[in-house]
Amino acid sequence: MKKLQVFDPPMCCSTGVCGPSVDPALVSFSSDLHWLANQRLAVERYNLAQQPQAFAANEVVKAALREFGNECLPLILLDGAILSKGCYPKRDELARLTGVEANAVELPVINRSCCS
Amino acid sequence: MNSEKTSNLLQHPTRILFFTGKGGVGKTSLACAAAVDMAARGKRVLLVSTDPASNLDEVLGVRLSGQPAAIPGADGLFALNIDPEAAAQAYRDRVIGPYRGVLPDAAIHSMEEQMSGACTVEIAAFDEFTKLLGDPHTTAGFDHIIFDTAPTGHTLRLLKLPAAWTGFIAGNTTGTSCLGPLSGLETQQSLYDSSLRALTDASTTTLVLVSRPERSALAEAERTRAELLDMGVSNQCLFLNGAFVAQDRTDTAACALEARGQSALAAMPEALASLPRIQVPLLPYAPMGVQNLRRVFGGAPPFRATPPRHRSPVADPGLPLSALIDELESMGHGVVMTMGKGGVGKTTVAAAIAIELAHRGHHVSLSTTDPAAHLASTVGEAIPHLTVSRIDPALETRQYSAAVMAKAAPQLDAQGMALLEEDLRSPCTEEIAVFSAFARTVAEGAQGFVVLDTAPTGHTILLLDAAEAYHRDVTRTMSDVPDAVRQLLPRLRDPAFTRVLLVTLPEATPVHEAARLQDDLRRAGIQPYAWIVNQSFADGAFRDPVLVERGSREAPYIAEVRERLATRFTVIPWKPAAPVGPELLRELADDSLALEGTSRG
Repeated sequence: MKKLQVFDPPMCCSTGVCGPSVDPALVSFSSDLHWLANQRLAVERYNLAQQPQAFAANEVVKAALREFGNECLPLILLDGAILSKGCYPKRDELARLTGVEANAVELPVINRSCCS
Repeated sequence: MNSEKTSNLLQHPTRILFFTGKGGVGKTSLACAAAVDMAARGKRVLLVSTDPASNLDEVLGVRLSGQPAAIPGADGLFALNIDPEAAAQAYRDRVIGPYRGVLPDAAIHSMEEQMSGACTVEIAAFDEFTKLLGDPHTTAGFDHIIFDTAPTGHTLRLLKLPAAWTGFIAGNTTGTSCLGPLSGLETQQSLYDSSLRALTDASTTTLVLVSRPERSALAEAERTRAELLDMGVSNQCLFLNGAFVAQDRTDTAACALEARGQSALAAMPEALASLPRIQVPLLPYAPMGVQNLRRVFGGAPPFRATPPRHRSPVADPGLPLSALIDELESMGHGVVMTMGKGGVGKTTVAAAIAIELAHRGHHVSLSTTDPAAHLASTVGEAIPHLTVSRIDPALETRQYSAAVMAKAAPQLDAQGMALLEEDLRSPCTEEIAVFSAFARTVAEGAQGFVVLDTAPTGHTILLLDAAEAYHRDVTRTMSDVPDAVRQLLPRLRDPAFTRVLLVTLPEATPVHEAARLQDDLRRAGIQPYAWIVNQSFADGAFRDPVLVERGSREAPYIAEVRERLATRFTVIPWKPAAPVGPELLRELADDSLALEGTSRG
């Protein structure tokens, strides 16, 4: 089984409901990860404010932090290699990048102009 | 009153005692007196304050920290303050420390920033509290633990947290939900369970409801009694503090004070009246230091009033309240906030100012951030141009959650909505919701007058800390932040927009608590506008020795306010009738004029 790891910037929680405003993209992303986990993909998610040990234990993540600074977060790894950095990909992009059949991508997904 | 049960309260106390009640009823004094009394009986006692603006140090005359400190003169008595900021700092050090030098500095810095919010502070303090309550090893050396809790609204929230979080952990199904900075919450589950068990075990925990013979304080005690009984805290008793009997029946003002107390007691709810009760008379001065504390429950000769032969009227009563209101009125609009220790009359002063401004034809919104406030009953009736509201934590949380769900709905599937709903059940949501409501209320000051009665000091400090933390957040991110939140701190700092009135009684602890609050506000870039010394007995026409002595002991505190603390100040004399309803509240403003007339003329 392929393994997807998400390294979030320091957050109070995964949907950001605790900040001064709720970022709908974060809520969508949580939902998309849940969907991915149901597509025979192992999904792990770490938050710098809560699970720093996962960051410290991963050489790829540490190297990215040293080279690009905090801007590389969120950092997404697929089987240990960097899949994307600095953004939350939308569901169809996640499906394409991970090679999962995007058969359930019928959602109206919000427009975000972040990922490259 | 059941005297057998009553003597048991102090002679055979449970292991844990909570002192709770409306601000200013004397929780700290009686908790300290009870602790001194138990220690004198040979017990080892730990006295704990959970109030971010604790007064334990001043009452005991000892400088305290987060670790138990022995109290000189009371063998076996130890005391500590749970300082939320210090607890949060220790928590940050514990979590972040091991990664310094391992992760890049920028990453460490961003972790520190994330963990500087109000949520971390609240959770870290709660962490300390549950350790004392639920972990027997932490308190193994003590026979009794006495909590001098923060004023009631905050106490209830603190006490409810174990129940809320235990439910939250049990009901969390996806494992991704917001647990706030309290990661590894599951590992704490057994601690929360044992805290909850300790609270609800009648042979372990006594809830001491402290009240004065005043309607609002008794109403608050009754609310707390019912609410905590509902949560399973069944071992309760009532400490009635400040019971007053006039010694001279021709002293009409003293008789009025006595009658005010009698009528409040006569109207006391039956369930409250049937609790085991200890009565403490109105003392000629606030008991400070171990020796004086021993006198409260009969461990030393009682207090005897020794009034001076000559009374000295207040040398300079300052600006009349009506003149202060003239100055506030000249702003044309903006926010007036009353702040200070619990029980000093913030609500009364806020209501009096709001009613006077409305009477002068201004549109005024009178509101409160105090979850336990009684604004509507203070104002009494509908007044033209005046709207009365309150920031209700439960209501705000519901509305905030609903608004977030509605906003996110078009972009989420059922799964996503379920996730979001679960996240919104986090304990942090209430903090955010209350904070947003606070920002929204302050924003209304752009159109008209907003008079805001704040919660007691500790709670207000946390709210202002949240304002600073979010302000940093807001300036860091470009996220979709409501304008009211973005503008909050700049508005609070703008002397042309916000005027903070520090309200105090002419006594040591409320003056010194307000002085510390003034320092905190200045550090946050907020300059208090004026001080209001409320309920002064100094110029009252009393002959009763207890009241005369109380009045004669006010002078140094009024002088301290005038000379060292305030740029503007007002002294409001004590009133025989409780200042409730529009007419009596307006009289408060007028009488300050009369006071000035008599003492200067």
